[in-house]
Amino acid sequence: MDIYTETILDHYQHPHHTGALNDATVSATEHNPLCGDVIKLDLKIKNNVVEKIGFVGNGCAISQASISLLCDAVEGKKISSLKKLKPKDIYDLLGVTISPGRIKCALLGLSALQKALKLTKN
Amino acid sequence: MQQIKKDFPIFKRTINGKPLVYLDNASTTQKPIVMLKVLENFYFTSNANIHRGIYTLSEEATDKYEAVRKKAAKFIGARTEEEIIFTKNTTEAINCVRVSWGEKNIKKGDEIVVSSLEHHANLVPWQELAKSKQAALKIIPLTNDYTLDAEAYKKLLSPKTKLVCLTVESNVTGTIVPVKQMTALAHAVGAKVMIDGAQSVGHIPTDVHNLNCDFFAFSAHKMLGPTGVGVLYVKQSLMEEMAPFMYGGEMVESVKATSATYRSGPWKFEAGTPNIAGVIAFGAAIDYLSNIGFKKIMAHEQELLAYAKKMLAKYPQVKIFSPSQKHAGGIISFAISGVHPHDIATIFNNEGIAIRSGLHCAEPLMNYLGVYGTARMSFYIYNTKKDIDTAEKALKKVLKTFKL
Ligand SMILES: Cc1ncc(COP(=O)(O)O)c(C=O)c1O
Repeated sequence: MDIYTETILDHYQHPHHTGALNDATVSATEHNPLCGDVIKLDLKIKNNVVEKIGFVGNGCAISQASISLLCDAVEGKKISSLKKLKPKDIYDLLGVTISPGRIKCALLGLSALQKALKLTKN
Repeated sequence: MQQIKKDFPIFKRTINGKPLVYLDNASTTQKPIVMLKVLENFYFTSNANIHRGIYTLSEEATDKYEAVRKKAAKFIGARTEEEIIFTKNTTEAINCVRVSWGEKNIKKGDEIVVSSLEHHANLVPWQELAKSKQAALKIIPLTNDYTLDAEAYKKLLSPKTKLVCLTVESNVTGTIVPVKQMTALAHAVGAKVMIDGAQSVGHIPTDVHNLNCDFFAFSAHKMLGPTGVGVLYVKQSLMEEMAPFMYGGEMVESVKATSATYRSGPWKFEAGTPNIAGVIAFGAAIDYLSNIGFKKIMAHEQELLAYAKKMLAKYPQVKIFSPSQKHAGGIISFAISGVHPHDIATIFNNEGIAIRSGLHCAEPLMNYLGVYGTARMSFYIYNTKKDIDTAEKALKKVLKTFKL
């Protein structure tokens, strides 16, 4: 039941892919009105592949770790495969059981990614 | 006060295998068995609609419902029960003022003054009213000590000010606002005053007559009563000119095919079947609180607040958002740099402790405080120093987990 595993704490305290991209081809912002968490995701997409990804935001350990893990998983991937990402994939990346109250935190990054992918012309 | 927990059946519960420690009383309080019995008995033995039937049950229900109007009036120092409108909560009560008074009385170029300590319930309705009427909304700023800036308030007031909206106690910092002096200043420029008593009525004595405010709103569920019952006090001289809030049954006097006339007094604002059982049970909550008395309640909360403040102050990683003034309510917000309030609440929950985390329906206030949210402990009659000791254990776990 301890969700504060080494992986989650490590990604929370030292997140990967932080910072905006100045050569982003698409961006999306997602916001959790319950806790005020906001994240902005920048993607550089070339030939239907995510070449680079960066995020700016703040939030709880779960939301930040999940975005950091997601960014690791997304870079270098094809858009077509990213469009298939499901909440379950995020829970697997996190490796802990997410209680109902924290689902929105865990999926904040995924919603931003899905928003950005929708905006990409394909 | 040590025995009081026994009156609240919920404290038999465990959370994650630990006895429940409930420190989220500013959200809603727990319910004493005497109130629950009245609620249950009404449905078991007395259920009927009010103001309708010419039969025993309906007459009984009407009498009981109206008796609570009297009781609530007395509890908050209203001059007559005709100043008491039942609503579903504080939010609805404030919106009743927006619709029934505000729509008629706020005009283009007018100004509405609200404090920066307001809950969204006493802010957003005024944002909307100001927007629709092309009136201006002015905000009373905070001092560095989490109190309202009295000088800035005076400067905001002018003959343009038509309404001033103030909370008695902040649900985030526990700040107690000097509403009586501020009401007098508002009246001096001809403005009306809307007071949000949601956090104060169950904790400190209320005397609306002495306070001399025009509108006063509060919720039963934050003072041991059931959910779904709120009160709007309206000064009698203002009620008559106010338009109905909603239209339908119960609030009408006579109805023709294409027009109707309306009842006067609070009944004009209570359209449809109200929360009869809830209102009647609310009467039992008022009795329960009256039996304990505010002297004891206040002393108890002050003791817990001081104890909690001292506990939190031991940890330099913890930032406390609480005024230094002696008179703050039993609410304390805090933050830990490097730990999100949600994570604090999750780790507290693992220890069986319920605390609130996040924005507390006071998003602008969070911006003034310069945080993304806080964790909040709020106390009531059944809390003990032991509860705060348990909170300290949880706090240590937070610091350990995040290696702070
Ligand atoms: C100061 C204040 N005003 C208004 C409200 C809203 O009360 P309700 O949700 O019962 O309408 C609250 C509740 O959190 C509050 O703390």
